[in-house]
Amino acid sequence: MKTWIEKQQYLIDFTLSSLLRRKVKNVSLLTLYILIVFILASVMFFTHSIKKEASVILHGSPEIIVQKVRAGRHELFPIRQIEQLKTIRGVASVEGRLWGYYFDPDVGANYTVLVPTARVGSLMQDDVSTAAVVDAEDEHEGASGQSGEPLYRTNLETLEPGTMVIGNGMARIRHAGRGDLLVFRAFDGTAMSLKIADLFSSKSELVTSDLVLVTEADFRRLFGLPADAVTDVVVSVRNPREVPTIATKITKVLPDARPITRDELLRTYDSIFNWRSGMMLVLLSGAVLAFVIFAWDKASGLSAGEKWEIGVLKAIGWETADIIQMKFWEGLVVSLTAFFAGVILAYLHVFLLSSVVFEPALKGWSTLYPQFQLTPFVNATQLTTLFFVTVVPYTAATIVPIWKAATLDPDTAMRRVGE
Amino acid sequence: MNAPRVRKSTLFLFLTMVEVVFLGLIFVHAVLTEEAQRANLQEKSQVVTTLKLTDLCLFPEARYARHPSQADWHAAFQDHPLSLEHFPAGSFTAPPMRPRWNEHENLD
Amino acid sequence: MIELMNVRKVFNAGQPSEFSALNGISLKIVENQVTVLVGPSGCGKTTLLTIIGCMARPSAGRVKLGDREITSLPERFLTEIRRSTFGFIFQQPNLIKGITALENVMLPAYPLGTRRAVLKGHAIRSLDALGLSEKAYSKVEWLSGGEAQRVAIVRALINNPAVVIADEPTAHLDRSLSHRFLEIVGQFKAEGKTVLITSHDPLVYQASVVDRVVKLRDGRLEEET
Repeated sequence: MKTWIEKQQYLIDFTLSSLLRRKVKNVSLLTLYILIVFILASVMFFTHSIKKEASVILHGSPEIIVQKVRAGRHELFPIRQIEQLKTIRGVASVEGRLWGYYFDPDVGANYTVLVPTARVGSLMQDDVSTAAVVDAEDEHEGASGQSGEPLYRTNLETLEPGTMVIGNGMARIRHAGRGDLLVFRAFDGTAMSLKIADLFSSKSELVTSDLVLVTEADFRRLFGLPADAVTDVVVSVRNPREVPTIATKITKVLPDARPITRDELLRTYDSIFNWRSGMMLVLLSGAVLAFVIFAWDKASGLSAGEKWEIGVLKAIGWETADIIQMKFWEGLVVSLTAFFAGVILAYLHVFLLSSVVFEPALKGWSTLYPQFQLTPFVNATQLTTLFFVTVVPYTAATIVPIWKAATLDPDTAMRRVGE
Repeated sequence: MNAPRVRKSTLFLFLTMVEVVFLGLIFVHAVLTEEAQRANLQEKSQVVTTLKLTDLCLFPEARYARHPSQADWHAAFQDHPLSLEHFPAGSFTAPPMRPRWNEHENLD
Repeated sequence: MIELMNVRKVFNAGQPSEFSALNGISLKIVENQVTVLVGPSGCGKTTLLTIIGCMARPSAGRVKLGDREITSLPERFLTEIRRSTFGFIFQQPNLIKGITALENVMLPAYPLGTRRAVLKGHAIRSLDALGLSEKAYSKVEWLSGGEAQRVAIVRALINNPAVVIADEPTAHLDRSLSHRFLEIVGQFKAEGKTVLITSHDPLVYQASVVDRVVKLRDGRLEEET
């Protein structure tokens, strides 16, 4: 056993000497390799983490949202039809939602303007126990109340007319804080000013960054929404298993309505950053292509010098198996180093540096963008797959051309170059 | 030129060990941070429930990309089906998936 | 003792460039003697050496090493024998570039997995014996021709082989270095090794240390002295 270990060490010694001979070429190769693994691993970490966070965070989203559709586009929902929905058996409650987009031309940003519904009043800063009621499945109720910074200090039930609670992203982009006044352009062109009563906590930016909470009256005033309509409707059901049935019933009662279940909602985020979507496909294709090129370069045969070297090694007593083992280490040294370095850097990049490299792509053309730290949900399966994709083909590719050369008579191998 | 250096393979194996340890530390960090972030996740979850939100604020650049779960099939093609994506966000998301309950709808 | 029986070697068989290097050689190499193969270039000396040294197989005929027939041994065993029995000194030093002289010398023992401290000590001592201890850590590109040749000799001896084979060893050496080489050959003989040399340098085949000269012409043996 000890001789075997010593032998492997010798082979690694020789391999490293070999690699160091062409320092520039091999260092560039290694750097490129690490870069590709870094990008792939970063993408992996980022997308997995976002999906996981989405599935956790959005678990408390409405069970069914009902949209009105006219001529294929989203229409306002008449309040009187809420009563019709209430008659459906199995429905626990039906509430209207008021929300919309406000485009701020000064900064080129879209805000999501939202009116908090009546039930909201239960979530007050110091009212920990009622906060617990909201999410009954959660085991850490106590802990969340003491999470440090409260969501917002104002009691939303008493959100005063003329005031608003805004998200951090918006505050940043408008350089505004508590107590500041911002002017909006209402639907009829008139100016409407709202005072910032409070800000959402920075920790909640992933869901609140562009939110603007206003009172119902202010909302209708801003957007010119008639008193008899809401944007859409939230339906909660008594038995969660009944959701699909009730969704079907809704379409019967209101044929031009489009129900969206929580299930569909969660599935949207499951397929986000899917490999089929444009960017990901480009990245993946690029990476695959790069790996193929590396492997091809290695597998496409040896130079005359390399063949000569193998001849010499055989002449001085190395067996074919020894040579193959040595080449195997050559492949492994490069790919293993690239894998570890790439993955470690990717982790630091995504979870400690908030994916700075991807920021331009993710941000796109948004002027407003949430600042958030992703929770490091790490998937061992994905890492293992990445390991096999990174290490195995490359290592195999180093061995392939050796097979033929290593079985030649040393005499023949050396003669090729001329003794 | 005469000074013997550290044996190359020892150096390599040492570095690899360091990397493996680092990877281990990363796993530990991930687990610990996940625990620590749990409160944060709860917070966000509560906002979602309280305000009846439906989407993460990932793509605020375009109206139709801001709430991917509420958008419909053709929302991306605001002009016509062959129009190119206006916003980078469109290349990250696809139209949301639909369940099959539509197929069981009675037409009478 | 090494015995060859009617050995033939043909290159590029079946092609227009087919060429017969050895045409039925029968030869006995005696132990602990210095034998020199002499002949004009192209007569098959090098080919004969490679076959004796288990670096190539004959196209026809048999080769025996002691009592053991090695003609059709599988490659693994052949390499094993080559590694432990023969030390080959080429015309060109054939050192691996980019690594030090010391590493080159230790290379043949790598597959054996000997403890490094032991191997390194042995290698340094051997280099010292040939006056190369200062050059041990130099990269081979920086060695002179003579130094390189001596490093190659040390390398050939690292596994303490019973038979030393040298192919035109003095071809690139000057007079004094050639004499030095013959001294080393004398040492080998004193240590009980068998030495087989090819050369067309009279300095070599007329040296006193040589026990036997075998003449080769067109792949066949001529008379012996």
